Amino acid sequence: MIQVSNLSFGPAANPILQGIDAEIPAGRVTALIGPNGAGKSTLLKLIARQLTASSGRIRMDGMDLAQTVPAQLACKMAVVAQHLSVASRVRVRDLIGFGRWPHSAGRLGVADHAAIANAVELFDLGDLQTRFLDELSGGQRQRAFIAMAYVQDTDWLLLDEPLNNLDLHHARNLMAQLRHLTELQGRGIVIVVHDLNYAISWSDHVVALRDGKVAFQGPVAAAATAERLSALYQTPVAITRLGGQPFAQYHR
Amino acid sequence: MADRRLIALGCLLAAAAALFLFWGLRGPTAYILELRLVKLAALLAVGASAGVATVLFQTISQNRILTPSIMGFDALFLLLQTGLVAGLGAAGASRISGLPGFALETAVMLGAALVLFTSLLGRTRHDIQLMVLAGVVLGVMFRTLTVFLQRLMEPSEFTMVEARMFAQFSGIDRSALMAGLGLMALAGLWLVRNHQVLDVAALGRTPARSLGVAYDGLQLRVLCLIAALVSVATALVGPLAFLGLLVTSLAHSLMQSHRHALLLPAAALIGALILVSGQTVFERLLHLQSTLAVVIEFCGGLLFLVLLVKGKIR
Repeated sequence: MIQVSNLSFGPAANPILQGIDAEIPAGRVTALIGPNGAGKSTLLKLIARQLTASSGRIRMDGMDLAQTVPAQLACKMAVVAQHLSVASRVRVRDLIGFGRWPHSAGRLGVADHAAIANAVELFDLGDLQTRFLDELSGGQRQRAFIAMAYVQDTDWLLLDEPLNNLDLHHARNLMAQLRHLTELQGRGIVIVVHDLNYAISWSDHVVALRDGKVAFQGPVAAAATAERLSALYQTPVAITRLGGQPFAQYHR
Repeated sequence: MADRRLIALGCLLAAAAALFLFWGLRGPTAYILELRLVKLAALLAVGASAGVATVLFQTISQNRILTPSIMGFDALFLLLQTGLVAGLGAAGASRISGLPGFALETAVMLGAALVLFTSLLGRTRHDIQLMVLAGVVLGVMFRTLTVFLQRLMEPSEFTMVEARMFAQFSGIDRSALMAGLGLMALAGLWLVRNHQVLDVAALGRTPARSLGVAYDGLQLRVLCLIAALVSVATALVGPLAFLGLLVTSLAHSLMQSHRHALLLPAAALIGALILVSGQTVFERLLHLQSTLAVVIEFCGGLLFLVLLVKGKIR
């Protein structure tokens, strides 16, 4: 479980996050939702330790993140950032191989190569694995980075807007794979998502942010109600059911 | 398992070195050979350290066009040399030339580079653009300060300093050469043990950190290494602004790889090859003494412009 307690970030006069208290359950898919500028990505980056909080603390499975060394943390959580660009000329397969770094420190063994081959297949990168990263489209590059985080083989996987550059096919596949990872391997997954329907139909848990504060949180079925979502986005949202799944109707 | 391309480069370099040593060997052979050996060693040291320093710098700056020279590293070294002569006077400076002089200059250079670039990193930690801008401004400042100091000097001191302001491949200081080679061996040892973590660092600060690399500490150590290597190259022959850029561009297009295990030796070999073969052609074939630096700077500068126009700067 990730416990965020009384977390604040940004200048005191104009904080980006303010007094955040949240609990993110282990072995579940948790979506961070909310309007633009609510602080979703900031919260994710604070959990990923890419930013340092001005006050408050984050505990991950009992470990205080501020006191954990990077090498230990890399075996605990993998992160896929939103803006992915790499200056060095690296091939897709080699990039995925970097995900084994926390375990192998550069010496890839048989098990590591098997994990890499598995990720290549899982994320549909077979045709691209020998290509250079800077020759790929945004969506392909994103899949390569997600595959890299996958082979890091951690209890937690954090993704910042992973659906941004993906087409329908790959977006749906990615969400299905993330579900698969939680259900079969018990990994905890935290994603920032903009598309409300992806959030409510694929995740177990939501944490909704508005103006740097938690608006509501809890299991999707109980927490993500039409009234709360309407208030969150200041837009009328109706929840219906479609094929057994909740469906948010807000576009018209 | 050595890479085929690296072996080919090594063979080429060996051939160029043999040509440099034995072509047109007449008269007192032992004496001439000794002179040529010293010069060859200096060319190898300078080419290799310029190449390696530039690859390292491009790795920690995540940029394919920046070089330590553009960031003002060698301008800093020249300022230190000039400051030393200005402070001690011509007589004092000539007394500490050779090994102690080189050791002193390198130590001061390491200290100054660390203080400057860590305080710069502290302020602009995550912003490489800002850091580069500050570096360029600092480079200009170092150069102007150097010129200013030279204006205040006595003529005898000025002639001492003037010789060091332009790259030249004759009159190599032997004790400085030995010290430089020793320093390079240490740097090489560190790189042999740590080249793989550099591959990860080249992904950028955020991905490297999330893979468990203590990035800021690593960056600091690499900066020290760069400062030391630049000191070696600048102390031996003087500033060569575009050699590093030329070498890394060639190394990247030859190796097509992100692995420092390939890039670093390739850059070292190419750097040495350019200098040795260039010097052979100029000295033996064209009987010119001091134009190699000019030609290298011309080609490198041209390449810089081409990269600029092609939008390779990221």
